This record gives sequence, structure tokens and C-alpha cells, in this order.
Amino acid sequence: MSLFEQSISELHKQLHNKEITVTDLVHESYTRINEVEDKVKAFLTLDEENARKKAKQLDESVTEENSGNVLFGMPIGVKDNIVTKNLRTTCGSKILENFDPIYDATVVQKLQQAETITIGKLNMDEFAMGSSNENSAYQATRNPWNLDHVPGGSSGGSAAAVAAGEVPFSLGSDTGGSIRQPAAYCGVVGLKPTYGRVSRFGLVAFASSLDQIGPVTRTVEDNAYLLQAISGVDPMDSTSANVNVPNFLSALTGDVKGLKIAVPKEYLGAGVSEEARKSVLDALKVLEQLGAEWEEVSLPHSRYALAAYYLLSSSEASANLSRFDGVRYGYRTDNADNLLEMYKQTRAEGFGDEVKRRIMLGTFSLSSGYYDAYYKKAQKVRTLIKQDFDDVFKKYDVIIGPTTPTHAFKIGEKIDDPLTMYANDILTIPVNLAGVPGISVPCGFSKEGLPLGLQIIGKHFDESTVYRTAHAFEQATAYHKQFPTL
Amino acid sequence: MSRISMDEVKHVANLARLAITEEEAGKFQKQLDEMISFAEQLNELDTENVAPTSHVLDMKNVMREDVSKKGLPVEEVLKNAPDSTEDGHIRVPSILE
Repeated sequence: MSLFEQSISELHKQLHNKEITVTDLVHESYTRINEVEDKVKAFLTLDEENARKKAKQLDESVTEENSGNVLFGMPIGVKDNIVTKNLRTTCGSKILENFDPIYDATVVQKLQQAETITIGKLNMDEFAMGSSNENSAYQATRNPWNLDHVPGGSSGGSAAAVAAGEVPFSLGSDTGGSIRQPAAYCGVVGLKPTYGRVSRFGLVAFASSLDQIGPVTRTVEDNAYLLQAISGVDPMDSTSANVNVPNFLSALTGDVKGLKIAVPKEYLGAGVSEEARKSVLDALKVLEQLGAEWEEVSLPHSRYALAAYYLLSSSEASANLSRFDGVRYGYRTDNADNLLEMYKQTRAEGFGDEVKRRIMLGTFSLSSGYYDAYYKKAQKVRTLIKQDFDDVFKKYDVIIGPTTPTHAFKIGEKIDDPLTMYANDILTIPVNLAGVPGISVPCGFSKEGLPLGLQIIGKHFDESTVYRTAHAFEQATAYHKQFPTL
Repeated sequence: MSRISMDEVKHVANLARLAITEEEAGKFQKQLDEMISFAEQLNELDTENVAPTSHVLDMKNVMREDVSKKGLPVEEVLKNAPDSTEDGHIRVPSILE
């Protein structure tokens, strides 16, 4: 049994009682990586020497004072679009193949304050554009539950590494579902916090108005511990919100009596598999038995979310990715005689197909003559989608539905058909457009033995109620106690 | 009929500073056409009196005190540059013919 089949608080207890050491935890992580990584392929870069050194230092500094810090000495994996000083950060792209950041992202600084140990950097779709990890320029991560299937994306490495027991938890990022969808596919817990809850400083930007960093963990409690450590306003990110960060752990009461749940009919409709539908209805029964009430509601503009999302996220991406021009960092072509050709050739050689496609779509929708019809129209539709959520949240505490329409699809199944691939994110995208928090928790298995995820969505800055609901459901079920055989 | 011509595809690629081959231009024409057609479903909605959302939180310009801080050391900044000079400059191919 991997040590990491236990929760963070259980590991912490053993650490505190001196049954295990930080060195043991880090050793366990690299041992497990050696055992399963050739199958799972979750990591792009390992930081073994530094991690082992840090472990030794922490073991020498264990005192009564730091015994209250549950994250002390815990090994963690970090998605490769979060910059780590002197540790290669590629964003899954050839254009950043040798990029060695000169500073740490705010979340990484916060992890250091919490004295976690970074094990390595996790694979992702190039610049977080994708739902399968097949768009990584380096490798296709596989689903630990069935290696022929994708782990989801773009934080596929973050979810697969946790599911495979390589690390107890990890950080991912979510622009249209990139934490929740892989969490659902890999049978782990993934939260996209409220926009602004976590600093984006040092997160390589894809779509700045949608991106959020969030925790991927085995349990809801672990998730709350990690969010607690990384939350808060940051002077380096002017879009981080200056709001109170509550104690998320104190929300985990198990009590959902009187909780008002809204179930959008659009989230159980066409395109959603019978298995996914049934797993959600079963979950609602569990919550009902715990004293919650649910009713069907409508989010009438849901069906327009996908189109609005692709216009807005691609537009923002086309602007954000203009910084990769072969001048200050990253790859530069050898095949150019002048500056303009150097830009064009560098970008042509450095970016993959999906990234180019989105830069093209974004540039088109921002270009003169098309801006009003596409970009601005999509921003207006975003307002309507946000209003849908505002209306439902006037009467209800949380919204519940499936995280994804189906279980994880097969590697190669959708890669040649962008629109079918995009449709996979139809249930997670509206959450980013509205800026509200959403979690995916395991809620069953398909007939083929692949995990299914339950999505719980909350009001702005109300991660506490999301966690309370997810935790009550998790404790009443046993899905989180199942592990893939590798 | 395609919503975007080959010339438009090449124009957009130029704006995006992406070199593309004739073959790629053809592929992008087809894929962009599909995506743009898909996006046109937004026209079913009347948004005449709807304000656009660019930011979901009720935040306005976030200001800080205008105090100067030390920047990054030049050698660190140049560490990742593909081509730089010893006296602290980034070198690029010729700009003017």
C-alpha cells in the first residue's frame, strides 16, 4: 500500500508521533514514481536532489511549534505552468523547453512557507489548452484507472499523479474545467476556487479573466488544507480579491440539514451519459438522506457557454501568448534573417497545432471588423450566463450536476476533432465564465470501471459551503477509498 | 460557402505573427470556419441591452503607492534570453533592411 492512500491529516499524525519522517514521505514519493511513472507519465521534471535535501532539513527542524502545521513536510506536485525558481517550467510547450524561471509564483512561495516539498513539475496540455493531455509537446499522460484512456486535461498530470499515489496532492489550474475534469476522470478531488481567491502571479497566463490555480487531492479535507495555504490577496496580482479568507476546515461539519440544492435540467440533458446521470441522481439521494433538499432549476443560457468561452478564452490567449516571440526567453528559430521572420518562424516552430488554432481564432475575433460581432458579443453572453447563476443563487446554496458528460475517453479518440473535444467541457465552462467556485468529487464508476465525478458549484467566495457539501457526501460514500491497480 | 477566405486566414496569421504553409492555411480555413459557424449560435440571443462582462468581480482599478523598487538583476533577466551580449543587451536579427 502506498503511504499516500492516507489523508494528509493521517500522514501528519504519523509524522508528529515520529512513526515516519519527512525523508520517508519524500522517499515514498520517488519510489512510487520509479514504480509507476513509465505507465502514468505524469511528471515532466523531477527535483529529487533538492527535495531530499529539504526533507533532511525539515526532519532536523521538527519541533512542537510546527506540529500545528498539517502541511509540514508533505510532498507536492506542481503543474508545469506555475513558475518555480530554478526549476524548469515548460507549460507543456516546446517554446519553453529550456525555460528556467527566475522567481517563484506566489502559490509556490506560500507552499514554501507551509514547508511542503516540491517533488516535480506535472504534465499538461500545451499552455493549458486541451482536455486530454494529448496536446503536451512532451508526452501523453495516461489514466491510472485504465492506461488506454486519457487522464483529462489540461491538469492531467496533476490528477494522474495523485490518483497513482505518486504524491499526496498537487496544484493544477482551471480555465474552463482543467482541474475539475481531470479530477473527475482520475477519481480524485479537484477545486476551482472563486476567481480572485488565489493569486495568479507566476501562473503563465492562458485566459486571464478565467484562470485560477486550485488544489487536486485525495479527499475534501486535504483539499481544504491546501486551499487554506494558497488563498489570499496578493499585491503582485491586482485581480486577486481583497476579501476575508475563512477557515475552510471548520466548514467540514458533515451537517447538510436544510441545505438547498439546485439541479439544472441543462446539466442532465442531451449529451450526458446515462451512467453520469444516474451517479448524480444517486448522489442527490445520499444528500437527501443527510437532510438536504433539492429541486430542478434552469440555467437557460448554458448551451451558449461553450461558444462564448472559446471566443473569449482564445482572444485572451492570443494576446497573452504574444509574449513568446523568441526575444527575452524561450525558443528562437535559426531560420530567419530579419526580426519579423524570426517572430513568425519561432512561433511556427515553437507552438503546437491546438495553440496555433486558438491564437488564430482569438486574433480573428479581436481583429478589425469582427471585434463587435464575435468578441464583444461573447462578453455580453457572458453577462447572461453569470446572471443565470446569480438568479439561482438567490434561492439555493449550491448547484449540483455531473462534472463531465461521460467517463474518460480513449487516447486518440477525439484529438482530430476540436469541436467534439471542446464539448467535453460543456458542464465546467459556465463556472469559469461566472467566476464562481466549483469542485469535483468522486461519485461512482462507469461499467468499464472508470471514475465519475460530481460537480458542486457555490456562490462567489463561498468555497466553505461547497466543501461542506462535498465532505458530507464523501464521508457518506466510499468512492474515495478505492485506488487504481497499477 | 466558407465564412473565412484563404486570404483572410493568411492575414490573421500575419497579425498573429505565425508563419504558415499553404497546407496549414487550408487546414485552418476549414477549422476556423467550423468554429466561427459554431460561434454564430450566439446571434440567436438578443444582447442589445446587455452590458459586456470583462471581469466577474466588482473591482475597479486597483492602485498601489508609487514607490520605486529595485528591479531584477540584469544577469538573471538575461539568463533565459536566446541571444544576449556580455554588456547586458538582448541581441535580435536585423530590424531594418
